[in-house]
Amino acid sequence: MSLFDWFADRRKNAPLVRSSQEASEDDGLWSKCPECALVVYRKDLLANASVCGNCGHHHRIDAATRIALIADPGSFEPLDLELSPTDPLGFKDRRGYADRIRDTQQSTGLKDAVSTGICRIEGLPLAIGAMDFCFMGGSMGSVVGEKLTRLIETATAQGLPVLIVCASGGARMQEGMLSLMQMAKISGALERHRQAELLYIPLLTHPTTGGVTASFAMLGDLILAEPKALIGFAGRRVIEQTLREKLPDGFQTAEYLQDHGFVDFIIARPKLKATLAGLLRLHGVRPRVAAGAVSTVAA
Amino acid sequence: MARRPLLEFEKPLVELEEQIEQIRQLAKDSEVDVSQQLHQLETLAARRRVEIFSSLSPAQKIQVARHPQRPSTLDYIQVLTDEWYELHGDRCGSDDQALVCGIGRIGDQSVVLLGQQKGRDTKENVARNFGMASPGGYRKAMRLMDHADRFRLPIISFIDTPGAYAGVLAEELGQGEAIAVNLREMFRLRVPIIATVIGEGGSGGALGIGVADRLLMFEHSVYTVASPEACASILWRDASKAPVAAEALKITAADLLGLGLIDAVLPEPSGGNHWAPLQAAETLRVALLGQLADLQQRSEGELMDQRYAKFRRMGQFLDQGVLTGASCPPGLLP
Ligand SMILES: [Zn+2]
Repeated sequence: MSLFDWFADRRKNAPLVRSSQEASEDDGLWSKCPECALVVYRKDLLANASVCGNCGHHHRIDAATRIALIADPGSFEPLDLELSPTDPLGFKDRRGYADRIRDTQQSTGLKDAVSTGICRIEGLPLAIGAMDFCFMGGSMGSVVGEKLTRLIETATAQGLPVLIVCASGGARMQEGMLSLMQMAKISGALERHRQAELLYIPLLTHPTTGGVTASFAMLGDLILAEPKALIGFAGRRVIEQTLREKLPDGFQTAEYLQDHGFVDFIIARPKLKATLAGLLRLHGVRPRVAAGAVSTVAA
Repeated sequence: MARRPLLEFEKPLVELEEQIEQIRQLAKDSEVDVSQQLHQLETLAARRRVEIFSSLSPAQKIQVARHPQRPSTLDYIQVLTDEWYELHGDRCGSDDQALVCGIGRIGDQSVVLLGQQKGRDTKENVARNFGMASPGGYRKAMRLMDHADRFRLPIISFIDTPGAYAGVLAEELGQGEAIAVNLREMFRLRVPIIATVIGEGGSGGALGIGVADRLLMFEHSVYTVASPEACASILWRDASKAPVAAEALKITAADLLGLGLIDAVLPEPSGGNHWAPLQAAETLRVALLGQLADLQQRSEGELMDQRYAKFRRMGQFLDQGVLTGASCPPGLLP
């Protein structure tokens, strides 16, 4: 049964829910699906990995939720929590970048747009990075570049596979060329990880575009994507302006990328953890021997 | 009479040039000795040109960098090489005219040369796609960089593009993937790589051939994370703010040298490289040979380690409240 059949099947047996008129959207208790407008208990939505039980829409989730979906409970050890952006160019558009950073940090409780760390998944060790789209569109500046580079270097040193969950509008313009160069920096770290014959899997989620697509998102040994995620290098509007014509149906969706050979397969979020663990096992990733056990053998 | 299309800010020079031309005509038709007067005016024109070009705003530098007569990749290759064969094709079914590659010789040194190629006029620009490379262009470049690696030939890269091509076919063929692979693979190459921004360095499309041991930039070239036009329409929601965005994005060679992102700024003849293309080519030749000699002192391992370290340092951030990164003013480094 395909995923869409499964969702179609679910729709027939859709649970009774309040109509959208009755519920104020996203009032904390209830959540409205932006795709099918169905209003459901937030609790039910969370229990289903924030995937709409009616239409299969994958709601946006933050990095902490993402990591909790993948990591074995209590196994995630964060890295580089203390990295925070500066304003290297003294950049000011309609607002100053420094103010923007401070306000975004306050409203999100995050330091920047990526969380990194080491975790276990079904007992297997994994270096994991997850991007937060809610922090300035997941844009990649010096902190995102540095944290991902350190994560990959740590993984290379410890012989770990890497998973990066991408969600980004691309480079962070407020850091100018410093952000462009993060693409090269991360790609260099991935080259060393690759030389060590270690597995790297990016998971492309909605949206993955620009400089992230033109670097670590497309460098996976295996590339996975979430259903219907927007994935592309150039923005749709830019392309429309260049061509002055309508874009093909489904252009730059995960499914479109799979059809054109750039995504290995699309994975629905509820099956993500088991799938990742399965792939790690197929590539020979084994549970880590505890440090104590090693020293016992050595003694 | 102007000898070439003049940029807006060059207009003060027009009047002087016209005067000079008039006097020349006059001298032709009469016996009057005007050499003294001509000399004065030419000196004045030269001084004004220096004044104007030594204080260009970032937006004005973009105009110089995009000047249709600014020397292009193939212009430099023609002057620099004593022997040159253009090599075509990505071996996947395309040959991108917007990114040219080939093998040649500079003096005694065999090299692989590549770069984006813009056109001089509309017809040529259509064929060259305005220097906006497609995935096939980046794959052709990678094929020939691999070739350079196999035969231990240094790689000379010329950057001159508004950006990678944004189109339906480019997306279908994997524009992002093509650039990404180049970024990663260029760290693997065992040969010296020198990249020079000869005109416009447009974002990922420029970086796709720009992971180098040495990154040089001509004085009036620009290198941007996003075009100021795009940046202005996104961040200012007003495309007419492009000159303000150009200022804010820090795109000039001097800015990028200060941020620790490039290694050297190549001086241009007064008036820009299009005023004296041969002089520009000579400046480039001296710089390339000097950098190459330096890089060739290093073992392959050192070269790769140093290339990694060079990019590894790029960025600026606070680590536990301490300002960190190569681009910090030296006094502020921990
Ligand atoms: Zn729904």
